[in-house]
Amino acid sequence: MSALSLAASVRSGERSARGIVEEHLAAIADGEGEIHAFNLVTTDAALERADRVDAVVAQGGDPGPLAGVPVALKDNMCTRGVPTTCGSLILDGWRPPYDATVVERLDAAGAVIIGKTNMDEFAMGSSTENSAFGPTLNPRDTTRVPGGSSGGSAAAVAAGFTPLSLGSDTGGSIRQPAALCGVVGVKPTYGAVSRYGLVAFASSLDQIGPFARNVADAALLLEAVAGHDPLDSTSIPVSAPDLLGVLDRGVEGLRVGIIEEISGSGPTGLEGFAPDVQSRLAEAAEALAAAGAVVEKASVPSTVFGLSAYYVIAPAEASSNLARFDGVRFGLRVDAENTVDMNAATRTAGFGDEVKRRIMLGTYALSAGYYDAYYGKSQKVRTLIVEDFARAYQSFDLLLSPTAPTTAFPIGEKVDDPMLMYLNDVCTIPSNLAGHPAMSVPFGVGDDGLPVGVQVLAPANGEPSMFRAAAVLEAAAGGSAGSRHDS
Amino acid sequence: MVLRGHAMTAETASEMDGWEVVIGLEVHAELATATKLFSGARNEFGGEPNTNVDPVSLGLPGSLPVLNEKAVELAIRVGLALNCSVQASEFARKNYFYPDMPKDFQISQFDQPINGEGWLELPDGRRIGIERAHLEEDTGKSTHVGGGGRIHEASYSLVDYNRAGVPLIEIVGKPDLRSGEDARAYVSELRSILVAIGASDGKMEEGSMRVDCNVSVRPVGEDELGTRCEVKNINSLRSLGRAVTYESRRQVDLITSGQKVDQQTRHWNEEDGRTHTLRSKEEAFDYRYFPEPDLVPVAPSAEWIDEIRAAMPLLPGERRKRLAGEAGIQPAAAALTVERGLDDLALAAMDLGADPERVLVHVENNLADGQGALTADAFSALVAMETGGVLTATQAKTVLADLVDSGGDPAAVAATHGFEAMDTSELEGLVDGLIAENPDDWEAFVGGDEGERKKKSGFFVGQIMKATRGQADGRVVNEILERLADGV
Amino acid sequence: MEPDADTSTPGRITRDDVAYVARLARLNLTDSELDGFTGQLADVLEHAADIEALDLDGVAPTSHPLPLANVLRADVPTVGPAEEADHRLFCDEVLAAAPAAEESRFRVPPVLGEAP
Ligand SMILES: [Mg+2]
Ligand SMILES: [Zn+2]
Repeated sequence: MSALSLAASVRSGERSARGIVEEHLAAIADGEGEIHAFNLVTTDAALERADRVDAVVAQGGDPGPLAGVPVALKDNMCTRGVPTTCGSLILDGWRPPYDATVVERLDAAGAVIIGKTNMDEFAMGSSTENSAFGPTLNPRDTTRVPGGSSGGSAAAVAAGFTPLSLGSDTGGSIRQPAALCGVVGVKPTYGAVSRYGLVAFASSLDQIGPFARNVADAALLLEAVAGHDPLDSTSIPVSAPDLLGVLDRGVEGLRVGIIEEISGSGPTGLEGFAPDVQSRLAEAAEALAAAGAVVEKASVPSTVFGLSAYYVIAPAEASSNLARFDGVRFGLRVDAENTVDMNAATRTAGFGDEVKRRIMLGTYALSAGYYDAYYGKSQKVRTLIVEDFARAYQSFDLLLSPTAPTTAFPIGEKVDDPMLMYLNDVCTIPSNLAGHPAMSVPFGVGDDGLPVGVQVLAPANGEPSMFRAAAVLEAAAGGSAGSRHDS
Repeated sequence: MVLRGHAMTAETASEMDGWEVVIGLEVHAELATATKLFSGARNEFGGEPNTNVDPVSLGLPGSLPVLNEKAVELAIRVGLALNCSVQASEFARKNYFYPDMPKDFQISQFDQPINGEGWLELPDGRRIGIERAHLEEDTGKSTHVGGGGRIHEASYSLVDYNRAGVPLIEIVGKPDLRSGEDARAYVSELRSILVAIGASDGKMEEGSMRVDCNVSVRPVGEDELGTRCEVKNINSLRSLGRAVTYESRRQVDLITSGQKVDQQTRHWNEEDGRTHTLRSKEEAFDYRYFPEPDLVPVAPSAEWIDEIRAAMPLLPGERRKRLAGEAGIQPAAAALTVERGLDDLALAAMDLGADPERVLVHVENNLADGQGALTADAFSALVAMETGGVLTATQAKTVLADLVDSGGDPAAVAATHGFEAMDTSELEGLVDGLIAENPDDWEAFVGGDEGERKKKSGFFVGQIMKATRGQADGRVVNEILERLADGV
Repeated sequence: MEPDADTSTPGRITRDDVAYVARLARLNLTDSELDGFTGQLADVLEHAADIEALDLDGVAPTSHPLPLANVLRADVPTVGPAEEADHRLFCDEVLAAAPAAEESRFRVPPVLGEAP
């Protein structure tokens, strides 16, 4: 059952929120042992909250558009009094004394927070293998990774533990796991959803966004959490876009470009795209064309430099954002003779290897003598990417690419080769650098029977047309591609 | 390295033969806002530890800064008062680990400060260059427990973040100052300006205004700057003068004894009156500045700047010039009156016809605690009585004290004290008698040069005052003496 | 030690560089970790060498993805009388979550030196 129909049934009094929550808790009890999507299932709080939602309905009130719908949160969003770990030992046991803005928005919309999902430590990773609490497995094939870093949120939705979840996307951390788990994942325009209370990885790239099993549910959740927040200086000063209202408008007349450089189809582009992934992309393009869109090849040349710029900018910001985990005010402390040693002992014990790697990389990129060569240059490449996109969007309303170069890969395959792992994000990173929205829509499966995601990219604040195209792709996948789509 | 102690006054440094002292100051002042620079936690001095805090000022994971409009406005006021170019600016992160710095980086401004170059005019008319005046956040406060509270011997420290995130304006001066006296005059003027425009309370003792001092020396005539040392922990104007004097002398002694000055950060110790090494340049920090991604640029519009400019009060320098013009004195001579905030009173009294010189004498000598209940009308009437010979200077002072305490009409107050002007003929009789009793002194007065005459007139006036218990008017006595001497 | 300044095209990251940044970042590395990280960081930076060839003269840096400016907050305390009770609770939770606290303050081992 979709989130939309669950909420409708609760609002009409047809079903109780408690019943819905209990059903999902039962699904979790059943499958979580195998998948490990959650770091924490907040059973008691969820049931209590469900009862409060039911009480509102009983009194003739309207709990809101997400009435009684379970939502899982990536474990990097602060929940007052509820442990928030970021998948790290350094925050093990930490209970934030405040709620993230998205948590307050969910509450206001009548949603029921059902738990905190597993993730790569501090959102650094593309497989959810970098969690201090063990990996999450892909519900489609438990020998495979679910993608990452929001692997827990993607897996929880794919496994039916919750109809909705929130993840965060810094370089693809919502879209890539969505693709690998066969669900819808959206990275909104930078600033569309408040980052207040999201534990930062790379501030200028991070965005919170929804996971859902269908496009309409993703729209429902995004509408509930988006909109201006005065607590986030980078929040766009407009209210949430109307998405549900435009979903069925189709793509007639929309101009859609397939980005050659990040789809393995151009002479100057990147390599390493699996042929089955390329085939699904081609079929997706045909589906859009069949629905009346004008589909052509597009060139966004500097996207090929996105990965390089990203792996300087994101670690640089992270090295600074993660300095505060020093053992002084919260979280882990490993004691020592003096504060300098205590800081170092705490950070050494509390951070995993990937986090250490990125902190050192970022520290190096910002350090005296190297700033211009690395950070300065990367910021300029970011400008080129922004300009190239702007040029492309003069000819196109939307752009298209695969979400990830391959389907879900086996657990352990890339974990020891950071560079190989980073290559997972070549298609998703450019949107983060530009601050643009992009989403992954399931579109059939690969030769291995695992889900393939197609990425729809739009210019800033282009969510309405992006969702229209996603809805068309979803319908097409359910039809012609439906034979390959087994959920 | 231990150097011999120097017992020096401010003058000896400027008299160091053949050496010029070059000083540049960095002044941090806490801005007088209600809340912190980047959040709505209160900006309040004191208070129970860790209560004026919120997720932002504690640097909790997930918290984000949002810039305080009032802090920007106050920073712009500072910029305008210091003749700076007020410009589009950006915030940057200055990264370093320290327990009183909640995020382990300070949000500051680096290559794009809100206020660019400007200048400050000292009371004597010299202009001291300002490099920049930028916004940044303050740190928390550590208390060192054990080891007598000294940082190095403490067994542990306790941190309070009430001050963390308080808005600061950092005013970086150019190396245009040449003595401890200069430095004191600069900071004193800067403080007056900050207080006058409502930007800060300027209290050095409470730490709301803090001065770091860069000192170097060079042979007179040399254009190149010498190696500088930065002196920290200067907590009063007095310490500033002493620290500069000590540090410049130390550097000259090093050079003249064949050694060289190391670029260092040094700590002023109030007790032993010396500066001590804190760290050398080799230990310099790699701050890894980069643009603060959680904040967006601040580009104040021309309209906003104009609005702020229009609302600016008169600055101390302008007020000194205004008063000096009215009183016919040098602006520097009006400094104390302006500093006491009594220039409006003085000007009003002068407007009502009071003698400027007497007005300023009273303001400087008798109104140290402010004007109290004294009105300009009463003040000018009092001065008129004094210059008209109705009251002596001593009587006027007594009446003035009452007027400050409880107001009222000077004539009525004088009457309650039984003050009535002594008649001149009565005084002449007293003076004649005094001359007869002291013929040698009288001869010295008549035949002496100007200095001698002044001394002796002091003697005679003093004796008359004694005899009349202060009822006589010293000015009238002097006139009598001059007249008698001329008649000899 | 500090890395050489003025490197427009920096050479391969060295073991010493990694030791330096680890110290700056307050991370303790064993000898073998130092070796491992040096190789991995070098790989990533080598990949980044593809942007070295780009002519970026005259290109402005982008540090913010959105063209926002002048986002300001009114100078009004968040905690008024109505919020006082919840604020007390917040302060208590903050101190309760501290690894060590004493007299409502955060306790840390000796600090050694003054702030820079
Ligand atoms: Mg400074
Ligand atoms: Zn400063």
